[in-house]
Amino acid sequence: MDRIYEKIADIVGSDYVSNAAEELYLYSRDQGVQQARLPDYVVMPNSTEEVQEIVALANEEKIPIVPMGGALVLSGLTIPQRGGIVLDMKRMNRVLDVNEKSHYAVVEAGTSQGMLQAYLKKHHPKLKHSVPDAPPVATIGGNIAIHGSGHLSQSEGGFHTEMVTGLEVVLASGEVVKLGSCSTVPKWFSRAPIPDLAGLFMGWNGTTGVITKIGLKLFPSPKLKDVMMFMTEEVDSITDILFRIIDTEMAEDIAFFVSPKPAYFDGFQLIMISVVANSEKEMKLRLELIRESVRDYIETKEAGFLPLPPYMKVKLVDAPQKNLSEFADVMKGGGFEYVGAIMPVESIPEAYRAGLEITSKHDITYSMGARVVGRGHCVMFYYAYPFNRADSENVETVAKALEESNERALEIGGIPWKTEISGQQLILKRMEPATYKMMTKIRKLLDPNGIMNPGNWEVQS
Amino acid sequence: MKEEYAEIIHRCFRCGWCKLPTNYQDFNCPAYLKYRFETFSSGGRMWLLRAWLNGDIATSERLQQIFFSCVTCKNCVEACALPNIKDKLVDIFIAAREDLVEKSAVPPPVRDYLKAMNISGNPYKKPQAERGAWAEGLDIPKYAGQEYLFYVGDVGSYDEVGMKMARSVATLLSDTGVSFGILGEDETSDGNDVKALGEAGLFEYLAGQTIDTLKARAVKKIITLSPHGYNAIKNNYPELGGAFEVYHYTQLLGLMMNDTMPKGTLNKKVAFHDPCYLGRWNNEYWAPRFALGSIPGIELMEIDRNMKDALCCGGGGGNFFTDVLGTGKDSAAQVRVREAAETGAEILAVACPLCWKMLDDAVKAEDLEGTIGVMDIAEIVNESRR
Amino acid sequence: MYDLKFDPAICEKCKTCDCIMKCQYINMDLEEAREEQGKLVRGEDSEILTRCVTCYACEEYCPYHNHPFYLIVERQEEKGVHPVPKPIEKSQVVMMAPRGRIEEKAAAEPVINLCFFPMLKGSIAGKLYEGTSLILGSDIFCNLMFLHFARNSVIKERLPAMMENIMKYHLAPGGAKEFICYHDECYGTYTSWAPAFGMEVPFRPIHLFDFLYNRLRELRSEITPLNIKAAYQRPCSSRLCPEMDHFVDDIFELIGVERPEREYDRENALCCGGVLEAQQRFDLTEENQRKNIDDMKASGATHCVFNCPFCFFTLMGKVSERGMTPILMSDLCRMALGE
Repeated sequence: MDRIYEKIADIVGSDYVSNAAEELYLYSRDQGVQQARLPDYVVMPNSTEEVQEIVALANEEKIPIVPMGGALVLSGLTIPQRGGIVLDMKRMNRVLDVNEKSHYAVVEAGTSQGMLQAYLKKHHPKLKHSVPDAPPVATIGGNIAIHGSGHLSQSEGGFHTEMVTGLEVVLASGEVVKLGSCSTVPKWFSRAPIPDLAGLFMGWNGTTGVITKIGLKLFPSPKLKDVMMFMTEEVDSITDILFRIIDTEMAEDIAFFVSPKPAYFDGFQLIMISVVANSEKEMKLRLELIRESVRDYIETKEAGFLPLPPYMKVKLVDAPQKNLSEFADVMKGGGFEYVGAIMPVESIPEAYRAGLEITSKHDITYSMGARVVGRGHCVMFYYAYPFNRADSENVETVAKALEESNERALEIGGIPWKTEISGQQLILKRMEPATYKMMTKIRKLLDPNGIMNPGNWEVQS
Repeated sequence: MKEEYAEIIHRCFRCGWCKLPTNYQDFNCPAYLKYRFETFSSGGRMWLLRAWLNGDIATSERLQQIFFSCVTCKNCVEACALPNIKDKLVDIFIAAREDLVEKSAVPPPVRDYLKAMNISGNPYKKPQAERGAWAEGLDIPKYAGQEYLFYVGDVGSYDEVGMKMARSVATLLSDTGVSFGILGEDETSDGNDVKALGEAGLFEYLAGQTIDTLKARAVKKIITLSPHGYNAIKNNYPELGGAFEVYHYTQLLGLMMNDTMPKGTLNKKVAFHDPCYLGRWNNEYWAPRFALGSIPGIELMEIDRNMKDALCCGGGGGNFFTDVLGTGKDSAAQVRVREAAETGAEILAVACPLCWKMLDDAVKAEDLEGTIGVMDIAEIVNESRR
Repeated sequence: MYDLKFDPAICEKCKTCDCIMKCQYINMDLEEAREEQGKLVRGEDSEILTRCVTCYACEEYCPYHNHPFYLIVERQEEKGVHPVPKPIEKSQVVMMAPRGRIEEKAAAEPVINLCFFPMLKGSIAGKLYEGTSLILGSDIFCNLMFLHFARNSVIKERLPAMMENIMKYHLAPGGAKEFICYHDECYGTYTSWAPAFGMEVPFRPIHLFDFLYNRLRELRSEITPLNIKAAYQRPCSSRLCPEMDHFVDDIFELIGVERPEREYDRENALCCGGVLEAQQRFDLTEENQRKNIDDMKASGATHCVFNCPFCFFTLMGKVSERGMTPILMSDLCRMALGE
C-alpha cells in the first residue's frame, strides 16, 4: 500500500494525500446516520490533469474512487462503501469564466456555492445562480452530481441539472471528455443540439466518472427582494393554493413547510413565497397578483398572509438561509438527516400525512416541507429529523424513521432523492428491469473494473 | 476539559459555515486554507476532539499538529451557524490544547516556545535586561506616575520589526504630548499567546507577575502596542486581580489627531488589515479607521474581506512563534497580501506587530515589493507629518 | 362573567351617532348609521362587523363613553366574525400565551412595565430610568391586542391571572402599588377596558408620557433642546386614553420639538397599517401608509415619533425610506438629555 501512496504523492504532492488515522476517521463518516466506512486514502487534486492521473492509477490498481464535494449530502454518498480513495475536489474551486451576454459561468467542480455567489456579486452583480439550501461550502459539482435544486428552481427551469450547459468529466479510464457545446465550439452555452451525454453524469453518484468542470446557467439578479408567508390549516387546500401561486408566474421561490416548533406554528401549513423585482412598481404588481390568486381563500378567512416584521424578513430573503443549519441543534445533538423525495405537487397532502404517522409512531420531532421545482412540475418533499449524535438510541430511531420515509415516499409515487444505499435498493427494486439493465450496461461500458463509487446504484444480493 | 465544553462538543454539525467569512468570498480559516483537509477546519477539529475524548483516536503527532494549527482568529466564532456553540469554539480548542500540554503531547516548536517563555520570560531567549533596548536613543521616561503606561509586549521588545513599531508608536505618543512612561527592562510578558497555546498555569504565572509589577507602580491606565497584550489585560487580567483601564494605541490616536495634533498630509491609497485580537476578539473596527481617515490625503480603501470578515495574518494562536502552519501560496499572510494588492492600495496598514512581520514577509514571498508596502498606523501618521 | 357595561338607552337617544359618522373607514349618512347602530345594540347582524378595521377610534368619538368599539368586538365574537384569518388568529393566541415560568422579582417604585416587548429592554436605560425596576414577560402580558382579533374572550380569560401575577410576583414583594406602562395599550387595558368589563384592577397604572414629562421636568437643567420638527404617530391604543394626549405637546415643548400641523394627526390620526395588513386589507394598508407618510413629509417633519412599538416596527422602514428618522418617544427624550 505504501507503493500506492508514493504514486499518489507523485501526482498531487505529499501535502495533498493522507492515510493518517485522523483523515481516515473523518472522511469515513458524514453528518447523517449512515455507518462509517474507512477509506484507504484521502486525495485532494488541484487540476483535471491530476484527477486524470489519479483515476487512471486507481483503474490500473483496481482501487475504488469516491468523488467528494462539500460532503453535505447527509445520506452517506461520499462515504466509501468499499474503501479506496476519497477524492476531495475542493481545491479545484476556481471560477474559470463568466459570459455575461450568454448568461453562463464555467466553474471547476469543487467551487463552493458561496464563493460563486460572492464572485458574481462582486464582478457580475446583474447575474446570479440558483443556490441550494445547503451551507455555502457545498460545491457546484456535488450538487450537480445528485440532481440538486434550489431557490431559482421554481422560476428558472427546474433542477440544477436542468441548468447545466456543459460538463467536463474524467472517465474511469483516465480520459477527459467535454460534453455539450464546449465539445465542438469554444463556448459553453448549451447541451443541445448535439447528442446529450451530460445526463450520464447527473444523479449517478459518481459511478460513471468524475465531474471536473461545469457550465452553469446564470439568471438576472433583480435588486429588490421581498418575502410573503401564507398560512392555512387545511393541508388538502395546499395543492390548489400552490397551483394558483405558481401559475401567476410572479414568484421566485415557493416552499411549503410545517413544523411542530415553534409552538405557534404547530398544526399550521405555511407557504413561503420569495419575490424579486427591478423596481417598486414591479414589486407591487407581483405582490398584488400573487395575493389576488388566492383571494378566494382569504375571503373565507381560512387562510391569509402573515405580516412579517422587518427583522424576520431580513433573515428570510437570504439564500442560503443560515438558520436552516440550526435545525441540527433541535435535539441538542448536532445532527439531522432528511429524506428528500421528488414527487408530484398533488402528492403533498398524502406525503404530509405519512410524515405525521411516521413521526408519531417513532415519537420524534420533525420538519417537513416541499419546495416547488419548475412551474409546479414536481416538488422536493422533505422529511427532516433532528437527532442527538451522542445518543445511539436516538440515532437508531431516526435511522428507522428515515427508512420508513423512503418506503412511504415510493408508495405515494415519489422517488427519494440522493438517497443512501438502502434507499437506492428500494428504488432499484421498483425500477423497470429494462431501465436498470440499461444503467448497468452504461456503467459496465464506462467503468469495466467497477472502481467508480462501487456499491452505489447496484442491486445488492 | 471543562464540563461546560465537554457537554457541547458533540453538537457541532460539521456544516462548514466556519470555513467561510460571512460574505462567502473565500476560505477564511487559516488552518483549513493551508492544509485543505477537513480535519483542519473548525468542524473537523471538533469531531476529532470528540473522537479523541472518547478514546476513538490516539494522541498522535498529526492530532497534535491539527489541534495546534488553530490561529484563534475567531472567524469560526463569527460564522458558525449554531448560536449555542459558536461563542465557545476557540475556547474549546484552547481547552483541548490545555489537555495536550498537560500530557506534554505538543509539537516540538510549541514545546520550545513554552520552554523559552518559562525560562527566559520571552520567546527569543534573550535576557530580561534587554527588554527596554527598543527605546534606546528615544528619551522615553520610565513609568513614575504619568497618566499612561505604554506597554510593549514580547514582540515589540525583542523582534526587529516589533521594535521598529514600538519606536514609531512611542515617538508619536511623545510628539503629541501624551503623558506616559514605560517599564523598560522591568516589563514582563502579558502571556496572551501562552494562554492561547494552552499553558494555563504558565499564563497565570506570567500574568500574575505583570499584574504585580503594574500594581506596585500604581498603574491605572495602559496603552498597549499590540492587540494581543490589549486582549489579555482587558479580558483576562481582571479575574486575576488586575483591573486596569486599557487601550490599544489606535483607540486614542484618532481623538488625539483631531484634538491636539497638527496634521500633515500623505497622498496614498491605504487599506487597513483588521487584527483579529482588536477586531473579532474585541469588536474594535472603527478606531483605526478613524485614525487613518483623519490624515489628509489618505484614500482609505477596504479589502473585500474586512472587519468581521477579515482574513487573519496567520500569526495568532501562537503560530507567529511556532510556525505550525508554515509558508506557501495558501498561507494566510500570502493570500492576504495578494488580496490587499488587488484593491490597488499602495500601503497595507497594520495595528499589530505580529501582523506587520507576517504580512511584510508575505509581501516579499509574493514578490509584491514595489506594489504594496506594510506600515503600521503610527508610522503612517509620523510619515504624514514629516 | 365579565359583561360589557354599556347602556343601550344612551345609544337609542343619541342624535349624532358619532361612532359611525366619524369613522374614517365607513361612509354612511345619518339614517343608515342609526340603522346599523341599532342592529349592533340589539345584537343583530350588521355590515359594521365585517367592515370595522379595529382602529379603536370610536371609543374616543363617542361623547358618552358608551364603548362602541368594545361592543363591536363583543358582537363580532358572538357572530363568529374574524377580522384576521383564523389560522393567524389561532397562531397568535398560542404565541402570546403565558409560558408559566414567572419568577419572583420584587419591584420597588418606580416600576416600568414593559409588558411583552423584550426587544425593547435596551431602551430602558439612562437618566430617565435611573432607579426604576423593570418587569416584563409573557406572564404579565396585558393581552389587549386580541381586540384586533375580535377575541374579548381571550382577554377575559387571561387578564385576571396576569394581574394576579403582577401583584404576587412583582408589586407585593417590592411594596409597590403602581407602575408605568411603557406602551399605552397596557394603560388603556387597565383604565378603559377593565372597568368597561367590570374587572377589578388592584394597582394604579401610570401613562408613560406622564412619567416622562415629570422626569424631564426634574432633569430640566440637563435638556438640550433638539430643535427639530417631528410628526407624531398616534397609535390606536391612544384612543382609549385621549386625556393623556396633551403630554405629547407638553413633552415636545420641554425638549424643543415642534409638532407641525398636519392632516392625519390628533383626532384624525391614521392607523399605522400593521393590523390592516393582518386583516388582509392590502390596498387599504398601502393607502393609509402612503397618506400618512406623505402628510408627515409635507409637514416638514424630519423625525417620526412613535408611542407604540408595533407601529414602530410596521412603519420604521417606510418612514426611513422617505428620509425621516423613526424614534420611540422614550428614546427621543433620551436624545434630548444627550444620551
